[in-house]
Amino acid sequence: MAGAAPIPETGGSDATYARLRRPLLAPTWAVIGTFLLLPVLLMVVYSFLTKEFRGGVIWDFTLAAYDQFFFDRGLFGDEPARIEWTYIMIFWRSIWQAGLATLFCLLIGFPTAWFIATRPETSRPVWLFLITIPYWVNLLIRTVSLRFILRDQGPMNDALIGMGLIDQPLALLNTNLAVQLGLFYSYLPFMVLPIYAAVERYNFALSEAAADLGANRWRTLVEVVLPVVRPGIVAGCILVFVPALGAFLAPDLLGGAKTFMIGSLIDEQFRGSQGNWPFGAAVSVILMTLVLIVLMIQARAATRAER
Amino acid sequence: MKRLLALTTLLATPAFAEGELKVYHWFEYIPQELVDKFTAETGIKVTIDTYDSNEAMLASLKAGKLGQYDVAVPGDYMVEIMRGEGILGEFAPEEMPNFANIDPQWLDVPFDPGRKHSIPYQWGSTAYAVNRDVYKGDIGSLSIIFDPPEELKGRINVLDSQGEVLALASLYMGIPQCSSDRAQLKALNDMLLAAKENWASFGSDIAKDVLVSGDAAAGMIYNGFAAKARAEGANVEYGFPKEGYVVWMDNVVLLKDAPNRDNALKFMNFLLDPQNAAAVTNYAAYSPGVLGATEFLDAAIKDSPENNTPAGQKGEFIQACDAETQAMYDAIWTNLKK
Repeated sequence: MAGAAPIPETGGSDATYARLRRPLLAPTWAVIGTFLLLPVLLMVVYSFLTKEFRGGVIWDFTLAAYDQFFFDRGLFGDEPARIEWTYIMIFWRSIWQAGLATLFCLLIGFPTAWFIATRPETSRPVWLFLITIPYWVNLLIRTVSLRFILRDQGPMNDALIGMGLIDQPLALLNTNLAVQLGLFYSYLPFMVLPIYAAVERYNFALSEAAADLGANRWRTLVEVVLPVVRPGIVAGCILVFVPALGAFLAPDLLGGAKTFMIGSLIDEQFRGSQGNWPFGAAVSVILMTLVLIVLMIQARAATRAER
Repeated sequence: MKRLLALTTLLATPAFAEGELKVYHWFEYIPQELVDKFTAETGIKVTIDTYDSNEAMLASLKAGKLGQYDVAVPGDYMVEIMRGEGILGEFAPEEMPNFANIDPQWLDVPFDPGRKHSIPYQWGSTAYAVNRDVYKGDIGSLSIIFDPPEELKGRINVLDSQGEVLALASLYMGIPQCSSDRAQLKALNDMLLAAKENWASFGSDIAKDVLVSGDAAAGMIYNGFAAKARAEGANVEYGFPKEGYVVWMDNVVLLKDAPNRDNALKFMNFLLDPQNAAAVTNYAAYSPGVLGATEFLDAAIKDSPENNTPAGQKGEFIQACDAETQAMYDAIWTNLKK
């Protein structure tokens, strides 16, 4: 066996890198600053401004938007403040729907990723390609298509009736079930791909070793496989949960827009002359804070697990 | 040859001295032939910039475009807002020979009493359409939406638009828009919550499609959408409720600091000519607000049931409430959708 080739001299000292670091990072910082930090900052500032009648803001700082979120003062705004459950329930409903979608994505996504990762190396790209193909189509178009499929006189009901499984069409459209289906379908590949990446790196000799030591399949899965591919699962769950939490296409088009989800509530605040920009910004800030808390708990758990 | 060239240029651009006109308009809302006709008649060169929402137009004017345009085409409530902002110019009826052509019912409109700043451009109505295969009974009342017959329960689409829904609900209950009477508002809130039980969905863009596909058997809808649904083969009938329906109107306004005020008035006068008003309607398929325009309309538009409001039934504009009252209506809307 030939010896490893010597690592070539890079011809630069640490000092050279140190000098170049800033100019090389500058474009990245400019992009992050302009397109990420600045908008977020703007959102936070707007959430503390006063609503201008018929859209826009007045530059007077106030907590009115947060007050509206947390406190109920009745239809006419002069009753003693009680806790406002409306928006909390909207958040709860969104979290519940996004959580369910994440669970379903995991249940379908994990076996799918496992299946792909255990194919011969030559055919894996084909399977991945097949997974991603539908997602080259715009989300709006896919959601509208789902509407067509689910409708009372749609192909799915026709097929089920044709097979004699049901007599009456299932009234699926404009229900929470349809919203759930839309969320699940929209974000499935975000679960499959990270798990696939983790499973692909999994050393199957570990499973063999576990079997040799007398572990059955279930025990091997729970005690050997899952801990190793856990980062992929966590990444997948975050990638599904976070966008599903803010989704508004599925609730609007499949749920009939009858009940607000977080995304549609925010969307409503920036539409037309009846909008309320500071309130929309405040809801976004609260949502972002919740997501950050979830991510921080996850990160802490991850570092603790590594130790 | 040179002389010939000079001659053609002269013919092609008649009398440049007549100056120009800057129009701020919705996209695809005026036929190019009509603009060419105006230029041919007056020698005024017309430049048109477009916008896609009333709010975008207002924001752009306030952000410094005021003084660059002569006329714009805001919707009814936006005329009132612009009037309040003080960004409209004023004219006297005598400055426009065709002013007398304005249909009297659109003369003393709430958003511009006496028409000092604006003239009608196009108008339409918002009520509901019902699938006649599903429901054959009387559709002359807003109860179709708010207290529907058994056949329609659970199969109704409602516009996802606060203004239209709350205005029609107020008409149904016979209470004024922008009421601040607590008992009335409470009743409105309760009525809507009860009515929602019978609705399948909220949606504005889909209002026509759900009727054509059969997803909904009845739906709150704009008259133009209802006509299109009928044209696409749905057996739907547009209803004019006895309680009243919502009307909207786009208006040509003279802007403050118009650089070519005289030309702007000529243009507005031109649009009040029945034949020209009809040309816009034939293009946009709404209704003209000008007397005598009907005879120049295409048959399909002239005879369209959606465009012919029955005599004696009233349409109401959506009113712009003051901030305090509006907050209560906003709360009702959030209640309805939470």
